[in-house]
Amino acid sequence: MISKFIKNAGWPRIIIALFLLALFVTAPFVGVNIYTSFNNTLVRFGMNGVMVLAMIPMVQAGCGLNFGLPLGIIAGLLGATLSIELNTEILARLAGLGTQYKISWLTQEFITTYREPLGFASALIIAIPIAAILGWFYGKLLNRVKGDEMMIATYVGFSSVSFMCIAWLLLPYKHPTMVWGYAGRGLRTTISVEGYWLRILNDALSLKINEHLTIPTGMLIFFAVMALIVWIFMRTKTGTAMTAVGSNPEFARASGVNVDKMRTISVVMSTILGAVGIIVYEQSFGFIQLYMGPFYMALPAVASILLGGASVNKAGILNVIVGTFLFQGILTMTPSVFNSVFQTDMSEVIRLIVSNGMILYALTRKVRA
Amino acid sequence: MIRKLFDIIANNAVPAIFILISAFAIPLSGFSASYLIQELLTRIGRNSFLILSLLIPIMAGMGLNFGMVLGAMAGQIGLLLICDWGVVGIPGMVLACLIGTPIAIVLGIFCGHVLNRAKGREMVTSYILGFFINGVYQMVVLYLMGWVIPITNPNLLLSRGYGVRNAVSLMGIRGVLDNLVPTIITGTEGANQFLNINGAKSFLLLQIPCLEGSIRLPLGTFIVIALFCGFIVWFRKTKLGQDMRAIGQSQSVSDSAGIPVNRTRIIAIVISTVLACYGQIIYLQNMGTLNTYNSHDQAGMFSIAALLIGGASVSKANIMNVFVGVILFHLMFIVAPMAGKNLIGEAQIGEYFRVFVSYGIIALALVLHAWKRNREREAARRSLRGNKGGE
Repeated sequence: MISKFIKNAGWPRIIIALFLLALFVTAPFVGVNIYTSFNNTLVRFGMNGVMVLAMIPMVQAGCGLNFGLPLGIIAGLLGATLSIELNTEILARLAGLGTQYKISWLTQEFITTYREPLGFASALIIAIPIAAILGWFYGKLLNRVKGDEMMIATYVGFSSVSFMCIAWLLLPYKHPTMVWGYAGRGLRTTISVEGYWLRILNDALSLKINEHLTIPTGMLIFFAVMALIVWIFMRTKTGTAMTAVGSNPEFARASGVNVDKMRTISVVMSTILGAVGIIVYEQSFGFIQLYMGPFYMALPAVASILLGGASVNKAGILNVIVGTFLFQGILTMTPSVFNSVFQTDMSEVIRLIVSNGMILYALTRKVRA
Repeated sequence: MIRKLFDIIANNAVPAIFILISAFAIPLSGFSASYLIQELLTRIGRNSFLILSLLIPIMAGMGLNFGMVLGAMAGQIGLLLICDWGVVGIPGMVLACLIGTPIAIVLGIFCGHVLNRAKGREMVTSYILGFFINGVYQMVVLYLMGWVIPITNPNLLLSRGYGVRNAVSLMGIRGVLDNLVPTIITGTEGANQFLNINGAKSFLLLQIPCLEGSIRLPLGTFIVIALFCGFIVWFRKTKLGQDMRAIGQSQSVSDSAGIPVNRTRIIAIVISTVLACYGQIIYLQNMGTLNTYNSHDQAGMFSIAALLIGGASVSKANIMNVFVGVILFHLMFIVAPMAGKNLIGEAQIGEYFRVFVSYGIIALALVLHAWKRNREREAARRSLRGNKGGE
């Protein structure tokens, strides 16, 4: 019974879970507040959850782990920066629409009160079509390179990030809080979202348990809704066909499923989720990180879902929840506990070893033919 | 006919694009010819050895060895130790190689075993393995050095007493191999100046009549690189080399022919890792400073990009590709920032552009290779069905 569990879960996961447990047990004895730690873990869970969720469609459709997540992130960054750049204009347009079509609730007052949520929504609404278009091309590309998706995805991510480095400098953004002060053009490396949609999800319906622990209900609900959408989608006709393509492309084709189309849909979905994920991340983090910021963002997401028990060709919602919680738990707990015990911060090294060790473990598993 | 033309373009697309970019960027940058040649010679000496270390795994059909950073890390550990012990000059370099070799062999064996478990996705696995070992390396260098591994030189250690500083000066071995046989190429007029200042005996002077200014030639490094090229040519003809090429063609056929596939693959990776270790030591003796936590990362990416730019693919690479690649890639490297500055008025754009090109070119080469392989597979399947070439 136990040996079967160990075999199913795999040694690395058990070691990491025990490590996290040990950290939580040690924490109170070395003067680390357990509520603060739990609070941080929850917040980070919400911040990263959607990006980890973005792994599911591609894994299920047999496209492998989405190392090209930065592409989706770029769409999200475009949505986020544009929502700030065009904030006044968008709100004015909305007011105009309200009067034009006589929508009784869409008054100037409503817009002023809900300025921030509307800004957040506009970021999502701008980002999603961009992500869909980028994802469509990315999907077409991956269809042509079957068998090598993961390596190529990595480099598609890297080259798109470095391409956007040039674009951030050259795109005609004007908003004074976003461009470099002295030159008057070129976006800054980090842009604050304060005054636009800072902590818009975190603070929605948040529950203050005590002075150290506040549950970011809004963000968790948002994650739950996204997870539900993915869960329902994977159970529709398209979703089932997608899973069939992932488990056995020949069989799927024989039963009349358009393999390439299913794969493209999965990549588009994955990219859109990546875009939404980064916006959720930014509203909690408070800053939009441009330039090389998204460069390595795929690795933690990939490591999280694997840590949760997914493999290179099978992943579900539960893997996302368990994995994100474990991974983010380790990230929050190691600095605080290690700092108190050894007076040094080893979290960066542990993060490198845990995340890449996990990916390595998954890549070296025998895959059934 | 059209398909054939397409094949030719697809096969040489990467070098062609590069020659095109350089043709635009060189005049834009406004650098003089002798400056460009000097820079190129220095960079050929600095980088060729690292890139050559990639050839053997490609021969064995294991793709681009992103795990070469493992070797680079081994070399850096050797360099850190000789810095601490204060061994300088050529003996220092040799000692660094001697320390690096066993570490590289162990890492290479580990890497080989891991890659044997991940057949068919060696590249992404070796790539992640690089990150993983990077974590272990950081643990060793940042926490164990000066605590478990004795490091006494306070210039190496962080102020807290353990862990190595971010930048380590390698003045003791800087340029020792490059200047082992000091050589200067100069025009007719410039020659006397070197005779007067330095004395005729200390330099090997080569005179080329129409050259303006003078160029330093890292002849010592070039000799080592030439010897190593000779080694590769010889190695391809040995039994082991032939085995590797056979495995590169087909693992199952080699297996039934009695070649120990897994073992040979491990040997290929071990050789590559050890050579990458030496390559990194040569690279750093030219640079003169060791970026403890970054040098190896860049070594991997730039070497692979350069090899691909030279026209190599994931499954086929030769010595020619290495040198063409080094020249084209570094030409772009030298001129891109200036060209960017003169074109748009911002050097930063040129910087980002060359990063983009490095990654973009790897992506492009990987895509072209996978695409071609899938098309060939499709064609093979079609010919099995009996209608060759037709739709």
